Amino acid sequence: MAYNSMDLAAFKDVWVFCEQREGKLMPTDFELISEGRKLADELGVKLCGLLLGDNVEGLCKELAGYGADKIVLCESPLLKYYTTDAYAKVICDAIEELKPEVFLIGASTIGRDLGPRCAARLHTGLCADCTHLDVDVPKYLDFLRTSSTLDIDNMKFDMEDRNLKMTRPAFGGHLMATIICPRFRPAMATVRPGVMRRAEFDRAKADAVEIVRPEVKLTAEDVHTEVVEVVKAAKKIVDLVGADFIVSVGRGISKNVEQGIKLAEDLAEALGGVVGGSRAVIDNGWLSADHQVGQTGKTVHPKVYIALGISGAIQHKAGMQDSECIIAVNTNESAPIFEIADYGICGDLFKVTPMLTEAIKAQKAKKQ
Amino acid sequence: MKVIVCVKQVPDTSGKVAVNPDGTLNRASMQTITNPDDMNAVEAALKLKDETGCKVVVVSMGPPPAMGMLRELLAMGADEGVLISGREFGGSDTYATSQIIAAGINHLGIEKDDIVMCGRQAIDGDTAQVGPQIAEKLHLPQVTYAAKIEKEGDTVTVQRMLEDGYMTVKVQTPCLITCIKELNEPRYMSVGGVYESFKKPIAVFDFNTLKDDPLIDLTTIGLKGSPTNIFKSFTPPPKGVGQMLEGADKATCEGLAETLAAKHII
Repeated sequence: MAYNSMDLAAFKDVWVFCEQREGKLMPTDFELISEGRKLADELGVKLCGLLLGDNVEGLCKELAGYGADKIVLCESPLLKYYTTDAYAKVICDAIEELKPEVFLIGASTIGRDLGPRCAARLHTGLCADCTHLDVDVPKYLDFLRTSSTLDIDNMKFDMEDRNLKMTRPAFGGHLMATIICPRFRPAMATVRPGVMRRAEFDRAKADAVEIVRPEVKLTAEDVHTEVVEVVKAAKKIVDLVGADFIVSVGRGISKNVEQGIKLAEDLAEALGGVVGGSRAVIDNGWLSADHQVGQTGKTVHPKVYIALGISGAIQHKAGMQDSECIIAVNTNESAPIFEIADYGICGDLFKVTPMLTEAIKAQKAKKQ
Repeated sequence: MKVIVCVKQVPDTSGKVAVNPDGTLNRASMQTITNPDDMNAVEAALKLKDETGCKVVVVSMGPPPAMGMLRELLAMGADEGVLISGREFGGSDTYATSQIIAAGINHLGIEKDDIVMCGRQAIDGDTAQVGPQIAEKLHLPQVTYAAKIEKEGDTVTVQRMLEDGYMTVKVQTPCLITCIKELNEPRYMSVGGVYESFKKPIAVFDFNTLKDDPLIDLTTIGLKGSPTNIFKSFTPPPKGVGQMLEGADKATCEGLAETLAAKHII
């Protein structure tokens, strides 16, 4: 039997991998620390941030301010840039020594490289790209009541179950699955960026941070890849996936592309969001490919998705239909986008958008 | 030198996705395709074959119908196929699957100048886990999210995409690379290729072929051995019917903004 399946009780604490790039924490770190805090409280254990890098001690306080009790800090010049080999070795060594029961990783392109490598080495289960996490069964049932069509009250659940319940969408959100890892520890999950809510920053908690430094047993011979260069995209790539508010434009802006995009940008700015586009907009070169929402672009689920002049082809809907609130503006009242919109306005986007921007600004001003 | 490409046959989720009343996927009603990212991996392997004359072996784990998909990949230009198939393997999660595929690759043998290629992720599970997990089981270095691959001697240089740019990574063979759609445009089968494909071998590795492989732990394969289990699967409730707002004037916009504010949406 594997060492991590014999005595599950020997595994305690919730760990969050805190990704930094060039000495800067990723926004997902704060979301995961905030979520990890809730899980640690449900389990009655400590929450630890796991931070790897070269000279990154200065980041510990910030992580603690969002809820971490402890930071497990591993520093080495070999950890300056991410390599699978170096990070997986240091993390697996730390986990085998300190034995967390839950280990969360942001589902970034780095997290999704690192998570499976570690899970395979640690001989444990990993659930990919989770959007919801629970420990307590009653809380999980509350979640199912609002998020599923299951007849919860006529189903039997073990109310004492303490496994981490990791829920994730499959098939573009047509199906949801809750995964458990009952026989091995730690239970591991990568968590989708932009989904978990960030907690309020707590100065006192930040100042009270405890730092633990396990021995880093890492040599250059452990690393079999060489990072030759790290290149930032010249233009800032729009972060559609993490955005709470997205204003997307479609073919409807064709009569004045420049103005259409400007109006969308103004509305996005009023909301504190970003601009996206349908496939037609990207194919015509009106916006760069990182703006594309849809089957071949990004799948998004912001709090508000505003579709301006987008007809709502299946391939576009596949990328945005799980948005919490959809607002559509289109001159064609039978456009398919209205079938999934919470609020539809049949009208000219060039006229409606500026009025909507003003009305939203006015409401926001009122709230302050 | 050979390139081993791991491929998966998946339901085509670009069309309508059918869900059974019990919340499981109605696979029977859906078309199957070769997973899109895997096609980029196949193309990358065939490009290396064009350049170096290396052998390309396509490997898939799945039920017997996946044989047809392997035949299509042979028609594109791959040299050999391997179908890993057995009832004992059914229901495997990514940990169990990667262990079985790694054992299959081990059975083929990995030599100094070989490369294993996978698609980044499959469109049915979207986990992106099996590639890195195979690499770990085979003790190979991995480079994921490859958008450009260049090979010179034993050194492979990969442009590895990040959210906000890319990294250039150098790695020695043997290694495992996962491929994304930006890497290339997969070629089509040729008529001649289809004809040739029926002369090319497809081996079947079943439970008996692999059960004694040192990489196989019989307690962690299949549905029962998988470290993760499905606790519940369900469909999200249908979205409530939306409303068309009256008019398209200032009052309409103000009314909408007020509603959004009242519902704490903005």
